[in-house]
Amino acid sequence: MLAISGVHTHYGNIEALSGVDVEIRSGEIVTLIGANGAGKSTLLMTICGNPRASRGRIIFEGQDITRLPTHQIVGLGIAQAPEGRRIFARMSVMENLQMGATTTKPEYFDHDLDRVFALFPILKERRGQRAGTLSGGEQQMLSIARALMSRPRLLLLDEPSLGLAPLVVKQIFRVVKEINERERVTVFLVEQNAFHALRLAHRAYVMVTGRISMSGTGRELLSNPEVRLAYLEGGG
Amino acid sequence: MEYFVQQLINGLTLGAIYGLIAIGYTMVYGIIGMINFAHGEVFMIGAFISLICVMVLGMFGLTWVPLALLVTLIVTMALTAVYGWTLERIAYRPLRGSPRLAALITAIGMSIFLQNYVQLLQGARVKPLQPLISGGFEIMRREGFVVSLSYLQLFIWILTLVLMTIFTLIITRTALGRAQRACEQDMGMASLLGINVDRTISLTFVMGAALAAVAGLIFLINYGVIDFYIGFLAGIKAFTAAVLGGIGSLPGAMLGGLLIGLIEAFWSGYFTVEYKDVASFSILVLVLIFRPTGLLGKPDIEKV
Ligand SMILES: Nc1ncnc2c1ncn2[C@@H]1O[C@H](COP(=O)(O)OP(=O)(O)O)[C@@H](O)[C@H]1O
Ligand SMILES: [Mg+2]
Repeated sequence: MLAISGVHTHYGNIEALSGVDVEIRSGEIVTLIGANGAGKSTLLMTICGNPRASRGRIIFEGQDITRLPTHQIVGLGIAQAPEGRRIFARMSVMENLQMGATTTKPEYFDHDLDRVFALFPILKERRGQRAGTLSGGEQQMLSIARALMSRPRLLLLDEPSLGLAPLVVKQIFRVVKEINERERVTVFLVEQNAFHALRLAHRAYVMVTGRISMSGTGRELLSNPEVRLAYLEGGG
Repeated sequence: MEYFVQQLINGLTLGAIYGLIAIGYTMVYGIIGMINFAHGEVFMIGAFISLICVMVLGMFGLTWVPLALLVTLIVTMALTAVYGWTLERIAYRPLRGSPRLAALITAIGMSIFLQNYVQLLQGARVKPLQPLISGGFEIMRREGFVVSLSYLQLFIWILTLVLMTIFTLIITRTALGRAQRACEQDMGMASLLGINVDRTISLTFVMGAALAAVAGLIFLINYGVIDFYIGFLAGIKAFTAAVLGGIGSLPGAMLGGLLIGLIEAFWSGYFTVEYKDVASFSILVLVLIFRPTGLLGKPDIEKV
């Protein structure tokens, strides 16, 4: 479904990604773990064309999207709930969801809205409220719900558990699992919360300073001593 | 009392002009963080297009004022919008992402260029227009002092009110307005959701220019004379209005315009006409000292 090969990305002179290869198959949950600053967020953003890959190719469902403008990529079926949630704080919850539906047909809107409200009932209660007044967990749910409004086939999630209470994290991961299983949405999940994320994943990659250092099934990486030492012990 | 009411009426008319221009400053600032110093010139071009349009319509024998005004309004808004669009496209877009100073200098350059362009095309002489709307109501009279509200002023108020209402509805209720507000808050996120940011910015310039064009038309029919230099002072006053109301805030721009218009009218009425500009700018300085975000501007407390 998504094939990333030999991708390099630069911020000015700094090389943040130095030849990344990642393959995501339809229907999978693929997790990417790695230390802070490894380049995980840069990879997700590069898939969406901002920043653009300076070398390498990104193919989505057979189409080369490496040079496509960011605003056209979501229309192909890739949505992202980016790092830091980036909800529109001065807009209502409803307007945030409308923004998520930018590229879909208007007649789908009501149906899609019911669908994300069923996944995150709290958002329904809060729909008229300014998004900036939501709690951290609710903002994360809104960020994911907004991404889902575009009817993605591939959902990119960047550290959805960051800074959230364990109970909320559990709820969010449960929803991720649900949309993957019930709606067949493929998920590419970036996490520092490696334990949960690896348990959830069909397959996983480890990134170290702009390169993929290891890959395997979620279970394999969970039992790998190096991974345990670096990402699970103490941190988890 | 009568004098007060008369200055109030004059101030509201002036405020309509400043408010309509100020919206363009505040919108552009809100979305790309840039002061479009050429916006005053866009207003001036609007005034010239109105004048040419009225005269051309007159040549073709269209002299029935309501229709002539309506056609002029539409033509002026459309053509001035093209100027706004072109300005952004050729002068500002190539500089997006470069240091603010570069954009600022370009804006000042465009302002000078547009002034000279109109001066060359239209000449430096003042252009007159015979009054289109005359007559009015007498609202008060005492000891020989007559307070009048002209039909012209009434027309200006209604036109401004209608346009500001339509404009507010576009910003608050439509997908375009939502996209503009989203770009204002987080352009990168808006593009991740499929918003064409360049197009949204273009449309922001188009809307700002169309409203400035209406201010130009109002200026023309209210004062009856224009020249290539009117954009300078009106532009600075409108910019002051935008800052006074809180730059980036749309209701702020409208309120700021109104206040600057009133301050100017009352100052000229009660003190000296010579220092009316100083009065507006002094108020601005005071506001910036005691309330740097402007009257309706809000510090971004919610931005986590
Ligand atoms: N906007 C940016 N400008 C310059 N450098 C950046 C920018 N964003 C990230 N970086 C750098 O790129 C590297 C990878 O960052 P990032 O992708 O955010 O890592 P991660 O998400 O794995 O924590 C880091 O060294 C970071 O400092
Ligand atoms: Mg990150």
